[in-house]
Amino acid sequence: MNETLLRELIPAVTGVLVRRGADFARAEDAVQEALLRALDTWPSDPPTDPKGWLITVAWRKFLDATRSESSRVAREARVAAEPPPGPTEDAADTLQLCFLCAHPSLTPASAVALTLRAVGGLTTRQIAEAYLVPEATMAQRISRAKRTVSDVGFDEVGDVAMVLQVLYLIFNEGYSGEVDLAQEAIRLTRQVSAMTDHEEVTGLLALMLLHHARRSARTTPAGALVPLAEQDRSQWDTELIAEGVAILQAALARDRLGEFQVQAAIAALHADAPTVGETDWVQIVEWYDELDRLADSPVVRLNRAVAVGEADGAQAGLAALEQVDRTVPRHSAVEAYLRERAGDLALAARLYGDAARAATNLAERDHLTRQAARLNGVLRG
Amino acid sequence: MAKYLVLKHYRGNPAPVVDIDPMDRWTPAEVDAHVQWMHDFATRLEETGEFVSHQALSPEGTFVRFGGEGKPPVTDGPFAETKDLIAGWMIIDVESYERAVEVAGAYSAAPGPGGEPIFEWLEVRPFYGSPCTIVE
Repeated sequence: MNETLLRELIPAVTGVLVRRGADFARAEDAVQEALLRALDTWPSDPPTDPKGWLITVAWRKFLDATRSESSRVAREARVAAEPPPGPTEDAADTLQLCFLCAHPSLTPASAVALTLRAVGGLTTRQIAEAYLVPEATMAQRISRAKRTVSDVGFDEVGDVAMVLQVLYLIFNEGYSGEVDLAQEAIRLTRQVSAMTDHEEVTGLLALMLLHHARRSARTTPAGALVPLAEQDRSQWDTELIAEGVAILQAALARDRLGEFQVQAAIAALHADAPTVGETDWVQIVEWYDELDRLADSPVVRLNRAVAVGEADGAQAGLAALEQVDRTVPRHSAVEAYLRERAGDLALAARLYGDAARAATNLAERDHLTRQAARLNGVLRG
Repeated sequence: MAKYLVLKHYRGNPAPVVDIDPMDRWTPAEVDAHVQWMHDFATRLEETGEFVSHQALSPEGTFVRFGGEGKPPVTDGPFAETKDLIAGWMIIDVESYERAVEVAGAYSAAPGPGGEPIFEWLEVRPFYGSPCTIVE
């Protein structure tokens, strides 16, 4: 059984139920039940018409759940008169679901969970595993999210930017458990990209592909971080890079720049360099300037300082760093890097130590500790 | 979302703000009310989608270390005077540090004798998260 194909059908099936008059929360629950049944029975008894099977089972589950309600008869009468939806309606429904699941009234974590279930077709257990919480907690998080958006009309026009934020979070938050969230985010972004005509959607897709292309080079088999400069570039996935670059170029050609396109452009310049020494840092700095204009964020200016350090030397990088708020996460790590390049090893070692203590994840802490230890070793002679 | 450990100490926390008898001197009804309250608190956190787990620890602990190649582990203790003694913990998954503090503050209001809050000091510690994919 191809689980991805099954998952792709999920939002369209929910759309069918909603079009038949079911409310979103109940429709989505019914489809989740049908999904669980499919995962259970399809391996030994595959249906000839998977989508029809899912609609039939989900609709029956929905009717069972609302059996006591008097509107049932009226609803069934209406259904019988409806023609089955085609691919255009399916895509429109899936996009509406994306909008609903990324509604601004939801917290980011709720939007992520709801999107993964209602649009991604993941089970509650898979989502709970990915985010390391009990299944009951994740189930509640999803029900609350559905209650929060219960007054939002299914046909209400949503905000693509919110959908992109949710997809970005899914991609960026790492992964654990049986579902690869990075790949899942790419799959969903491809879907959204096919349903919309928006250069930032393609910008985000390009960004994801360009980063995903470097995934196997980014960590050692033991899980230690490998910085960009030290990555084995022969491990980068050239096919994904080529696809990412082509998608990015098409987006940039439309001349409506946005943050994701600029981030993708920076990622593309890294991906483009056969060796770290051949990186076009001058152009990367220019893109960071562009990003700073669009985003006005201290994190961007911090990253820009690194690029300036590479393009114009460590002193120029440190001068750029002086413009950045010291409380920005990773400030000490960046300063340590630039101080070492400027020749101040003692200060760099101390700053790496500070940065390690301030790290918010273990891989980064270990990496920074290793840097401090390396410099302290040099200092001891 | 970020995970936090809300740590309960038998000893090692700041000085108590109210003087409360050990639990074995409460009335049985007060003990029941306290236990039920803790249970309900966890249920409410599950409903808000923020509960991960909770565990209580017995106060008896033994220190253990490697005894050297081919030798049995060395044990020490238990020490009646250990400065810091962990009583148990709850793990929560919340949107922000501020929310973690809010949850811990509410958790510290568990009822004691006379149904009054015990104002117990709880320690809030962030977990390390997972590294972000996109950093540069």
